[in-house]
This record gives sequence, C-alpha cells and structure tokens, in this order.
Amino acid sequence: MPKVLIVAEHADGKANPSTAKCVACASAIPDAEIHVVVLSDDSENVANELATLAGVARVIRVDNSQNSNTIAAVQAPQVVAVTDGYSHVFGPSTTFGKDLMPRVAALLGVNQVSDIMEVLGSHSFKRPVYAGNAVVTVETPSDSIVVATVRVASYRSAPNDGDATIDAVTIDAELPVHTRFLELQAGSADRPDLQTAATVVSGGRALGSTESFDLIYKLADALGAGVGASRAAVDAGYVPNEMQVGQTGKIIAPDLYIAIGISGAIQHLTGIKDAGTIVAINKDGEAPIFEVADIGLVGDLFTIVPELQDAVS
Amino acid sequence: MDKILVGLKRVVDYNVRVRVRSDGSGVETDGVKMSINPFDEIALEEALRIKERGDASEVIVVSIGGNDSQQQLRTGLAMGADRAILVDSGETRDPLTYARVFLALIERENPGLVILGKQAIDDDNSQTGQMLAALWDRPQATFASKLEVNGDKATVTREVDVGLEIVEIDLPAVVTVDLRMNEPRYVKLPDIMKAKKKPLDTIDIAELNIEQAPAIKEVNFEPPSDREKGVLVDDVAGLVAALKDKGLL
Ligand SMILES: Cc1cc2nc3c(=O)[nH]c(=O)nc-3n(C[C@H](O)[C@H](O)[C@H](O)COP(=O)(O)OP(=O)(O)OC[C@H]3O[C@@H](n4cnc5c(N)ncnc54)[C@H](O)[C@@H]3O)c2cc1C
Repeated sequence: MPKVLIVAEHADGKANPSTAKCVACASAIPDAEIHVVVLSDDSENVANELATLAGVARVIRVDNSQNSNTIAAVQAPQVVAVTDGYSHVFGPSTTFGKDLMPRVAALLGVNQVSDIMEVLGSHSFKRPVYAGNAVVTVETPSDSIVVATVRVASYRSAPNDGDATIDAVTIDAELPVHTRFLELQAGSADRPDLQTAATVVSGGRALGSTESFDLIYKLADALGAGVGASRAAVDAGYVPNEMQVGQTGKIIAPDLYIAIGISGAIQHLTGIKDAGTIVAINKDGEAPIFEVADIGLVGDLFTIVPELQDAVS
Repeated sequence: MDKILVGLKRVVDYNVRVRVRSDGSGVETDGVKMSINPFDEIALEEALRIKERGDASEVIVVSIGGNDSQQQLRTGLAMGADRAILVDSGETRDPLTYARVFLALIERENPGLVILGKQAIDDDNSQTGQMLAALWDRPQATFASKLEVNGDKATVTREVDVGLEIVEIDLPAVVTVDLRMNEPRYVKLPDIMKAKKKPLDTIDIAELNIEQAPAIKEVNFEPPSDREKGVLVDDVAGLVAALKDKGLL
C-alpha cells in the first residue's frame, strides 16, 4: 500500500495552504496512507491545524531550535531521517518546496518528479515542461522511493474535517551550521495572498511607473483582489519580485484573472492557464493575451481602469 | 577564491514556440534555434563579475550533454570564461546524474563556488543545484538575485514567495541564480575569435565512474489543453455585463 509523507510548509505558527493542496494530490494515489511531517522550533499549533486535514492519518512533529528558519541544508537530513517505510515523499512546488525537496531526493539517491499536475497511478504522473508548452507523462521506477513536488495551482485544498493522530519524534542527526539566516524582507500583507486569492488583478510594463501602478492596486482593492505583475513590471522596479506571475514567478489559479497592459508572453501565460476566467485589457488587439482571454477589451488602460474601478466600487 | 564552476545547458531558445511531436515522443528540435539556458547565462555573467572584481582567478564553464553543446561552451568562452569542459553524457540526461558529474568535477577542480541557473527552461526541473549541494554536503543558496563574496563567506539575497530572504553561507557552496541577478553582456566579434583558442576539454561520462541514477521514464508528450477563444467587448459597460453574466461580480 502506498504510504505518502508530506513535508509541511508553514510560517508564524500557521500552515501554508500549499500543504492542504499536497494532501489533495496525495489523495489521488489509490489507497494511499497519508502522513504529514512538520519541522519547526515549535510545531504544536501547525500540527493541530494540519491534523484536521481530511485524508491525513498521522502528523509527525519534529521540533528543533535549528528549525526556526527554513534552511534546506538543515531540514533535508531531518526529512530523510523520517522517510523509512514511506513509498512517496511530497512537498509543494513553492519556493520552500523547490529549495528543499531536490536536496531530499539527492540524499535518498533518486531523481525528483517536479510539479505534479495530475496523478495517473502510484508511479505515474503528468507534469508541465517547456514553460507549459508541453505536458509529459512520467513513470518512476517501482522499486525506489518517489520524491516529488506538487504543482499547487492544479489542486484544491483538502477539506478540514479530518482527525489525525499527532506524535512527536526526536532526530539526532548532526545538522550543519554552514548556512545562516540573516533577514526576511516580506512584502505587505494588506491584500489577499496572490496564490490563494479568488480574484487577481495584474499589471504589466504598460503601467510605466510605480505611481501608475496605483491604478492596479485601486482596482484590486475595489474588487477585493490580490495583485500580480508581469516580469517586465518587476524588472522595471514598479513592484517587488514576489508579485511576479509566470514560469519563473508564481503559478496561480484564481477564479478571475484580469491582465492589464500585459502582452501575454508564453512565460507569463504558463502562470495563469488554470485561472477560471481571464480578462485582458490591452491597447493592441493583436496581443497574444487575447488568444487565451475569455473576455477581451481593446483600449487604453489609463482610461479603462479608472472607469472599471468606478463601475465595480 | 581560486576557481568558479558554472554550468551551461544547451536548450531550445526561449523565443521558440515549442511544438510537441505528433507521435508524442518529445518536442520538435529539428531546425530549432538552440541557446544557453537563460538562467545559466546569468550565472556565467555573475561569475565573470566576481572574477573581474578580483575575488576569483578562473571561471570554468561546464556543459553536460552531447557534442553539440560545444557551441554553447564556445559562447561562454567568448563571454569571458577561461576554459570549458564538455562531459559527453550520451543519452543520460537527468538532474541526479548532472549533480554527480558536477561533484566529480569538483573533486578535480576544487572550486570555491559553483554557480548554476535556478532551472533549465526545457525540463523546468529545478533540481541540479540543490542535489549537488546535498551530495557535496555544502550550503545551497537557490533563486538568488544578489551575491556578495566576502573572503570565505558569501551573502546571498534569495527571491522567495513572500519577498526576499538574505542568508550567509560558508564557501565553498552552490548558488543558483534567478533572472534579476544581472544582465548578461553581449558577445563581441573579437571575443568569438579569441574564444576559439581557449581550451575546451571533452570528458566521456564513463571516465567519471558515475553511479547510475534510477531513471524517470518520459512515456508520452502532449500539448497542453487549450483554452477556448473568448469574446471581445466594446467598453467597460460590456465588460461589467460579461463578468456579471458569469457570476464574477
Ligand atoms: C527564462 C525567462 C523566464 C521568464 N519568466 C517570466 C515570468 O515568470 N513572468 C512573466 O510575466 N514574464 C516572464 N518572462 C518575460 C516574458 O518573456 C515577457 O518579456 C514579459 O512577460 C513581458 O511583460 P509585459 O507583458 O508586461 O510587457 P510587454 O511584452 O512589453 O507588453 C506590454 C503590453 O502592454 C500593452 N500596452 C502598452 N500601453 C498600453 C496602454 N496604455 N493601455 C493598454 N495596453 C497597453 C502593449 O500593447 C503590450 O501588449 C520570462 C522570460 C524569460 C526569458
């Protein structure tokens, strides 16, 4: 019987929604028994929260003062220490999981399946390649452990009606001190999180300046939406890096995505393919964004956006 | 520091509209423009800048793949790398093998820093750097947008989901770079001529005695599911009506 261990992502005593999505992915493996491991300096609250996820049988707490920051080189040996008896180890394909899971895979002597978007069987998965221009079906060897990251935008969170057992384990592995956390410069948390917001409004290079990007924030606030951006807007310094949507930014799946002054380069589109409805506002009727938009409006954003904001306020 | 090792992977150029072969065996690469993986180019630029600041004495570019990767290594030499190593890996192309190859080269070259791209834009795996750091038992600083070398330490700014994380690492270490680290220089014609004289060694992967990694089989490629073409509206009123229609307002 498949036994899946999920490495939880969390911060400030709260689970990141990516963990519930990994559980949903693992639940697609027939007959899987699902456990979650929490590495923390104080895992109690996170463990209690994760124990309510439907489908999870057991939550394993690993408390260690060296886990106060998520350092892959420190966490990987601890994950490996609890993998005995598991057929699968999953983590989210967020920057947390992308950093940690390949390190775990290497220590276990296997390649990783990156970005699972669909489970076909216990050792068969679909994943995107070439910036989402192709989808490949992969098969992992049946005689070795499967280490994978889950493309979180492909899954809806597992519901919270479960009741898992919780136990704590101690691990005496010698943990490295060669990597030291100095500082986290986190963006403001005033708006809905880009990765979980039901509506996202994004702006591109066309905004032209940090000041003009205010138009995007105002429209987003009127809609209760999260805010994203194209790489060009981030590179130009209009907005911080954590707002980038796309192949090398965040992959998101909101119910409604509004792309404003964004041309629709393939690297951007791969980040929004799973959105429910895509709206494009662009002055160039030939822009590639219109090939994927459900609703398109050709025109100047500097007149359209304030009008739209008024209409929805 | 003495040496910096940089990986250069040959990939389909990022401007190419990739098409899946009709038999599902892969994507079309015949007659398609191939380039250095864009992240790797940024990795090389960073290594060259470290050397130009006097913090390293030699930059070695490495490619693992077929003979055709010589082209990307020559471009790397023209950008300013001192020498190149091609590891001919035949049909074997997986991140764990790449990591094991880099480890074998590290044992020969003893670099102070290995700089790689954070992912390759063909398989989008994002694994090799982290795997190498694990096998080498050294620090990894992934998704880096800033790298400052100070003696036997480095301070690295990482682009993470919530913002920027700054870490200090002991050297030697592996750094994988994100897009905003720098803008790679353009190669000038005289540099291309000079690069022809720089050393490019080819090593057969068999010489490195790499343990074979359990392979993940790629059984079928398919195009992504298409989104249906939508409608154009004439004005804001039309947009609002269309959104209301879908229950989104
Ligand atoms: C390896 C790699 C990875 C990448 N990863 C990403 C990624 O993760 N995310 C990403 O977004 N990009 C990524 N890119 C970059 C991508 O290729 C594009 O360059 C980028 O998405 C373009 O951003 P943009 O649409 O804002 O700018 P542009 O392409 O310049 O488009 C601006 C658009 O605004 C329109 N416009 C201008 N003025 C107005 C106006 N007044 N009113 C309305 N419309 C107007 C124009 O018609 C145009 O369509 C990556 C590139 C590479 C090589």
